[in-house]
Amino acid sequence: MTIETIQKPETAAPAKQALAIADCDIHPSPKSVEKEVFPFLSKHWQEYYNTYGTLLRQPYQNGPAYPKGQPDAARRDAYVPDGGKPGTDLAFMQKQHLDPYNVQLGVLNPLKSGQGLQNPDFAGALCSAVNDWQIAEWTSKDARLKGSVCLPYEDAALSVKEIEKRAGDPNFIQSFMLIRTADPMGNRRYWPIYEAAAEAGLPLAVHAFGFGGASITGSGWPSYYIEDMVGHSQSAQNVVASMVLEGVFERSPKLKLVIVEAGFAWAPSLAWRLDRIWAQNRLELPHVTRPPSEIMREHVWYTTQPFEEPDRRGHLKDTFEWIGWDRLLFATDYPHWDFDDPSRIPLPPADEATRNAFYLQNARDLYGV
Amino acid sequence: MGRNTFREFTEVMPAPLPGAIDCDLHPAVPNLKALLPYLDDHWRDMVEQRGVHELDSISYPNNAPVTARPDWKPETGKAGVDLDRVRKEALDGFQTSLAICNCLYGVQLLYTEDMAYAFARAVNDWMAAEWLDKEPRLRASIVVSPQNPDYAAAEIDRMAEDHRFVQVLLLVMDEMPLGRRRYWPIYRAAERHGLPVGIHAGSSYRHSVTAMGWPTYYAEDSAAQSQAFQAGLTSLITEGVFAEFPDLKVVLLESGFSWLPAHLWRLGKFWRGLRMETPWVDKHPFEIAKDHVRLTIQPRDLPADPAVFERVMAHFDSDEMLLFSTDYPHWQFEGDDALPAGISPALAEKICRDNPLATYPRLKEAMA
Repeated sequence: MTIETIQKPETAAPAKQALAIADCDIHPSPKSVEKEVFPFLSKHWQEYYNTYGTLLRQPYQNGPAYPKGQPDAARRDAYVPDGGKPGTDLAFMQKQHLDPYNVQLGVLNPLKSGQGLQNPDFAGALCSAVNDWQIAEWTSKDARLKGSVCLPYEDAALSVKEIEKRAGDPNFIQSFMLIRTADPMGNRRYWPIYEAAAEAGLPLAVHAFGFGGASITGSGWPSYYIEDMVGHSQSAQNVVASMVLEGVFERSPKLKLVIVEAGFAWAPSLAWRLDRIWAQNRLELPHVTRPPSEIMREHVWYTTQPFEEPDRRGHLKDTFEWIGWDRLLFATDYPHWDFDDPSRIPLPPADEATRNAFYLQNARDLYGV
Repeated sequence: MGRNTFREFTEVMPAPLPGAIDCDLHPAVPNLKALLPYLDDHWRDMVEQRGVHELDSISYPNNAPVTARPDWKPETGKAGVDLDRVRKEALDGFQTSLAICNCLYGVQLLYTEDMAYAFARAVNDWMAAEWLDKEPRLRASIVVSPQNPDYAAAEIDRMAEDHRFVQVLLLVMDEMPLGRRRYWPIYRAAERHGLPVGIHAGSSYRHSVTAMGWPTYYAEDSAAQSQAFQAGLTSLITEGVFAEFPDLKVVLLESGFSWLPAHLWRLGKFWRGLRMETPWVDKHPFEIAKDHVRLTIQPRDLPADPAVFERVMAHFDSDEMLLFSTDYPHWQFEGDDALPAGISPALAEKICRDNPLATYPRLKEAMA
């Protein structure tokens, strides 16, 4: 089978001015790490990067563990006309995405920072550089865009330092981790991060992917990319279970958790399951003082891309109501291949105010912008 | 059928239905000594010489709440070891006509494949002699050693001659995802004999139960089981197990079941975008699951509101997938409250009798 690449970025815009939206998951990348990120790295780390690259807890020097479904996991039409990689050019992103989709608030989630690197000092330096780069290349140039504080989360002390450095900086509206940490996210070795994020008023976004080293299933490594992609939902359930049952939200009652690109329809069943398990194991969980479903309802938000698609649209109405419409945030995942178009997702029927909140106001309320 | 509350419902009809088929019952191996008569001389010597320990899995700590309902727990020792109590509390107690015994003694956890094979054989012979010979309402699953799928297939061939064995038993977490072709000799043998493969909560602990390593609390291990079922189902479908073995049925035991529709929506979404990767998956994963996958009804990961169960069943879009179970002696409900609140009599009939009979061909022999 051959795949024909259709290059028609000039015609990618939707037909008419769309509803105002917040896009809670946009992925920017540097045109060139040397040109755009090195200015924020010391000579030592520049040389280190050039010598060893970015060694993760996965097999390949470059590229993902599983080949993606599309080159660069990107929309075919998202390559910059001058040949640049998707998500590397602000002007093109404005023209193809931010303007036509009427994005009022765009949350930047850089996926290639220092997160999950084997070397924690390098992870800290590279995360901090990528945070500086977000300001230099993106948020300072387009007020609609807001950055995420990339945390070198396997080292809590370095992460706290990075949060404190960015606290109060209007360029950033959330702190940022990847789902697959080296230990379950409720583990106490991460607690200082959550305390600092809550203190700084930065919701903690946890995005699919990551490099903790453990297999994505409890039964070892799957064969296919589709299993890896679907597996992010199970990982996200692990994250919520771990943080709730290990008492993170009792310890950091102001912490807000945002699950990004890992689904949402699993949340009600998980909440019911955790309630049952909590009620039966109070002896083990004295630090969890109320039913997990209540904790989830109060502390957890979910971005919706890639949107679940049951054959019967009415089924998602139940799901939205069980989770709470105010906890769901629209996202496109631009420029990736599994992009959700705001006008084409099977959103359950709702009144105009509720729809508008889903597309924009929920995010404004969460982030206070 | 109106929207009766469960309480109203139980006034007119005891729960479960008389004659129900209990698809998940756990007689326990009281101790390794009980298996000695069923081991050959070499393995009996090994147990004694080496002081082999009890094979009780950390999936069900002997005194953890879920492992034994308080009123089903003996004063000393394990629950589920006494046939008379099983008769009285499980079989008479729920008026079940037949019950399928799933023995959870941890032979799948051993690292030595020949030892695992020997213990699996011993467990099956023990089950036949100590339980099935003594109680005609009992049926059982064939315990196998997935450490070596060829040995597992040989054990299926050996035990399948005894039609009181109606299923093959695996744990949801093993060395590899269960769809991997390494395991196909097991599925081939099961299909050949018309035996469903029952996949029970639990792990051989070759990997941490979460994708982020080992948790702090037992409660997290419990929570992770339903994610493991999701990943296991993904693997069975994407690897093409049901394309290769079109007559195979898989029964997910103690999985929590309410996760299923959302998981299949998501798997189906990605299947639409990535089906070129697994071309043998030639229809929507939800349709494949409706044809091949069944789930027992304990535990019920549902809120108290009966309307939610009704909606979850609408999301299943099938009344053929759920199978009645008590999970005895595991503590999943109080009293005789073994069916979900709000269930209609028609669905109760399907879950308690029709679906088990359709899933397990060998059960019909007893009904004939």
